[in-house]
Amino acid sequence: MQLDIRLPIGLMFALLGVLLTAFGFLAGKDVYQKSLGINVNAWWGLVMLIFGVIMFLLGRRGAAAARLTEESPEGKKIEEMEHRAGLEK
Amino acid sequence: MKLTYLDWTIMLVYFVFVLGIGVALKRYMKTSTDFFLSGRSIPAWITGLAFISANLGAQEVIGMGASGAKYGIMTSHFYWIGAIPAMAFVGIFMMPFYYGSRARSVPEYLKLRFDEKTRGLNAISFAIMTVFSSGISLYAMGLLLETLLGWDFSVSILLAAAIVLVYVFLGGLTSAIYNEVLQFFLIVFGFAPLVFLGLKDAGGWAGLQTRLATVATAHGFGSGAWTESWHYMGSSSANPMGVEWFGLAMGLGFVLSFGYWCTDFLVVQRAMAAKSMSAARRTPLIAAVPKMFFPFLVILPGMIAIALTYKSGATGFALPKKLDGTFNYDLAIPMMLGHYFPTGMLGVGLTALMASFMSGMAGNVTAFNTVWTYDIYQSYIKRGASDQHYLWMGRMATIFGIAISVAAAYVTTRFNNIMDMLQLVFAFVNAPLFATFLLGMFWKRTTGHGAFFGLLSGTIAAAIHHGLTLPVGAVAGVKGGWFGATHIYPSEMAQNFWTAIFAWTACFVVTIVVSLVTRPRDDKDLVGLVYSLTERPGAEDVPWYQRPTVLALIVLLAALVLNIIFW
Repeated sequence: MQLDIRLPIGLMFALLGVLLTAFGFLAGKDVYQKSLGINVNAWWGLVMLIFGVIMFLLGRRGAAAARLTEESPEGKKIEEMEHRAGLEK
Repeated sequence: MKLTYLDWTIMLVYFVFVLGIGVALKRYMKTSTDFFLSGRSIPAWITGLAFISANLGAQEVIGMGASGAKYGIMTSHFYWIGAIPAMAFVGIFMMPFYYGSRARSVPEYLKLRFDEKTRGLNAISFAIMTVFSSGISLYAMGLLLETLLGWDFSVSILLAAAIVLVYVFLGGLTSAIYNEVLQFFLIVFGFAPLVFLGLKDAGGWAGLQTRLATVATAHGFGSGAWTESWHYMGSSSANPMGVEWFGLAMGLGFVLSFGYWCTDFLVVQRAMAAKSMSAARRTPLIAAVPKMFFPFLVILPGMIAIALTYKSGATGFALPKKLDGTFNYDLAIPMMLGHYFPTGMLGVGLTALMASFMSGMAGNVTAFNTVWTYDIYQSYIKRGASDQHYLWMGRMATIFGIAISVAAAYVTTRFNNIMDMLQLVFAFVNAPLFATFLLGMFWKRTTGHGAFFGLLSGTIAAAIHHGLTLPVGAVAGVKGGWFGATHIYPSEMAQNFWTAIFAWTACFVVTIVVSLVTRPRDDKDLVGLVYSLTERPGAEDVPWYQRPTVLALIVLLAALVLNIIFW
């Protein structure tokens, strides 16, 4: 079984989401003058966290991964072609 | 712009994940097919997102933001009549030959369809082009981080190059594709709140429209010139781009966009890594869906930036100026990030910006190492070695490809004009390519000699046209006119579009003429390579909503609707 791309994506976004949300709710609010008074860290951090968790869960279930050439029918055809054409030994 | 520990931590998290993906994939790189083609095993949605992300380099994010400020919503033509129809075309009509012929690269398809010399010409020009474009984007990144954050130029380009090197070296194309998907989401999440905040500051879409009307009238155009994409296309003097509808539709919509999306190995390689014919055909079609909405992510911020500069919003954002007093359009998006994002979100935004540079560079590097190993090394230097040898060569090519890019970035700091010249030459080489593929795939009479001499004449025609014309206000030199300017175009863009139209036409005509006087290949050698001699790929057993033709129709219809909404 190979690495499903949704696992690292999910983990990374969940982690970034936690960082932003925690900072947004816990730290001082005076930095949000820049963002028109909106606490973008908290809100957007929460969105990123939810996205991350969904990706991670999908990754746990599914099989969206690259496979080894030897396990992939199309990959094997390429190898056969290379041998037939004398491109490699 | 001041960063805090939070921003640094976010960047660090991103770097750790990017490198981690490379490390995790290392043990799956067993054969050269794993390394260069991901074993042809990747699901369509992943290759689809990588398809657009590989193109989402510096040019896209910084350049489209700058154009949004300079030309307004007209910039969306690059998407809605440029990229989208071309992506539908490559998925429906061209992918069956790229994927079905088992060519491992675009130059290799040319070898199978035509002959060795056509492949050689394409492979060598493409290889040189990709390393230099990745150098140019490194340079742009170094310069940007220096201006924005005061980072040392050398430190930032060497760090970025080293990270890309590590993950491509370890995990090959799979690693590049995986990271492109990660980068795609990061770019979306990093820029979406920027558009929201900017738009809110400008008073929503209605507020933006009134502000942009001020911008348009200040430039001497009709009031909707920045917010209506087709309304002012009747004559080249009525719109800020200086292009009329015919030059736009033919030059950008047909020649340049089809030339790029249908023949550039940088993007086509992603589709070639898909796990089946139907997945390969769906790759550009899936890519077209988010691509269609990218104008809202990358062009809109530029429009907001210029609108707020002319008619200030609540927070007083304004575009910075260059030393000569003109606006520095390239800084539109980066300056907005710094202006609207508080610490935390700022880290995400800057990381997204860096991700876009890296994905663009990794795309170039993987395309380079494949073309180098398959089309140059295996074809002309060492044929018939073991598979492990080519895998090793791919890794070496990754190292020296990146080394040349870094060197090119340093050369650019010294001699800016050399890079302008190089990009010009690339444009000449690229412009006629689509004519060759179109004839090669759909007219079985096309011969190798025809293709080769067609390409050469197309390139020469581009150079001659460029040498005889000038954009208004420019002096003869890199901008053209070195044979004496016989025609003045209203803008540089108009000149580029017409150069492409001339190059394409020359290549098209010469290819046909030479093909008619040279001996064609037997029909049996062209099975799987030419439309009329190839069985149409069946629907395969996929549900209706996954059928390429259905997807293509949906995508084209949606693009049409967007054109009408913003007419």
